[in-house]
Amino acid sequence: MTVGHAPPDISGKSLSLEPPHPHGLDLVAVLPSSRRRRLAVPRWLRRAVGPLLLLAAWQVSSATGALGPDVLASPGTIARAGRDLVADGTLPSAMAVSLQRVVFGLLIGGVVGVGLALVSGLSRLGEDLVDATVQMLRTVPWVGLIPLFIIWLGIGEAPKVALIALGVAFHLYLNVYAGIRGVDEQLVEAGESLGLGRWGLVRHVVLPGALPGAMTGLRYSLATAWLALVFGESINAEDGIGFLMNQAREFFRTDVIVVCLVVYAFLGLLADAVVRTLERLLLQWRPTFKGQ
Amino acid sequence: MATDLQGPVTTDAVRVRGLTRAFEGRPVIDGLDLTLRAGEFTALLGHSGCGKSTLLRVLAGLDRDIEGTVLVPKRRAVAFQAPRLMPWKRVWRNVLLGLPGKPERTVAERALEEVGLGHRSGAWPKTLSGGEAQRASLARALVREPDLLLLDEPFGALDALTRIKAQQLVAELWQRRGCAVLLVTHDVDEALLLADRALVMRDGVIAYDTPVTPARPRTPGAPALTELRSRLLAELGVEQPAVPSTSHPTAA
Repeated sequence: MTVGHAPPDISGKSLSLEPPHPHGLDLVAVLPSSRRRRLAVPRWLRRAVGPLLLLAAWQVSSATGALGPDVLASPGTIARAGRDLVADGTLPSAMAVSLQRVVFGLLIGGVVGVGLALVSGLSRLGEDLVDATVQMLRTVPWVGLIPLFIIWLGIGEAPKVALIALGVAFHLYLNVYAGIRGVDEQLVEAGESLGLGRWGLVRHVVLPGALPGAMTGLRYSLATAWLALVFGESINAEDGIGFLMNQAREFFRTDVIVVCLVVYAFLGLLADAVVRTLERLLLQWRPTFKGQ
Repeated sequence: MATDLQGPVTTDAVRVRGLTRAFEGRPVIDGLDLTLRAGEFTALLGHSGCGKSTLLRVLAGLDRDIEGTVLVPKRRAVAFQAPRLMPWKRVWRNVLLGLPGKPERTVAERALEEVGLGHRSGAWPKTLSGGEAQRASLARALVREPDLLLLDEPFGALDALTRIKAQQLVAELWQRRGCAVLLVTHDVDEALLLADRALVMRDGVIAYDTPVTPARPRTPGAPALTELRSRLLAELGVEQPAVPSTSHPTAA
């Protein structure tokens, strides 16, 4: 065997105990994730810490006089006001009226928004007819339509429900339409190759694929619904939470105002819980990042 | 067609005459003729972009902007390179998707059993591995009991080990079902392993057509396949060194 150059003589060194790194490698233990998190505080408790701290700070500033009752009532006063409002039936009836407005507005706006999105999402003819019009109207600030609605629909329930429906419809339209158009063409083709007809494709491929977009739309539209409710009830309302708030303003009752705000927040939280539940049920197939 | 030289009309699974498909005036398939016999396993080879996948899509009925005559069986099924399972349907619902009537879950489970996936019938597609998803896609094709099974590089996205298993599975399924199979691939060894007949597509037509006769089961790189392998590679424009390369240069 002829070798051009002899390999270095390592026969002696290969047995030597001297490590290649004079001080060895620094080894770090990879801990299992359960051990890394020593304090196993339940999720709900961790989530409650922020709001509770805020509440405590508020109570302290009220008690020390840093926050005068004319600016903002203390949490204790507010709790008392809330209890009184519940006891005399004012708050429950106002909530019922407001909730009813939101539900009607959501239903009407939902049907219109989703209906239009289906028309323009599923067919090119529908897109040409509907989409440009909706996109144009979308840029009009819907709050600005309140005077027109009052002239058209009077000062009863109709303008308030219409305002909510309008805000809801645009959000749902945009997201459902985008969801439909965002469906993977490869899946549509696979459906076609499996012998699905037009309706089958819509039912089994397009609509389920548009569902994540629709849920986003639902979240936005719920937020808009509460916003529209506040606007609608601030003007010419004779009942509902907004009316209660306006009345309290005239008597400088900051405690009642805050109770109404808390009720809005509570209803918003409730709506969010509904959407979360819906998402958990309807979108469990989705491979998404859920945080660590 | 009386002039058909391939045998009685009833034994043909596919007859294509003068097929042309152009994209923006550039023909990708240009006057192509092709006959596939019933029960035959055909591999269609070609460079990427040679139009082999387009031909498969035409046969599947997914591409209809065509000229010429294309006759295909009514019952045909496709397995794509990506599994293309509907992520919002559990595996068994994916298998049954598009079947007429209201088939029972057991129908899907039988097909899944056949590809060794019976235990994942109720799983969401996102929980399947690449090989499992591809097998589910195969089950979805087989449950239609196709007379023509179109496979568009179904092993392309699988890792080497999974690919070997999947290839064996397809060979078994074909032998059991006896349907005509058209396998689109760019892998010559895969074609030689599985097919009765290999086609090379070039310039929009079938440029080379050869039977693959060695007895099954075949092993890749078997001597009986070497000559055909070189020939097919040459048809595909891959020149091989005349002598198989070894690590030692031969003495002159």
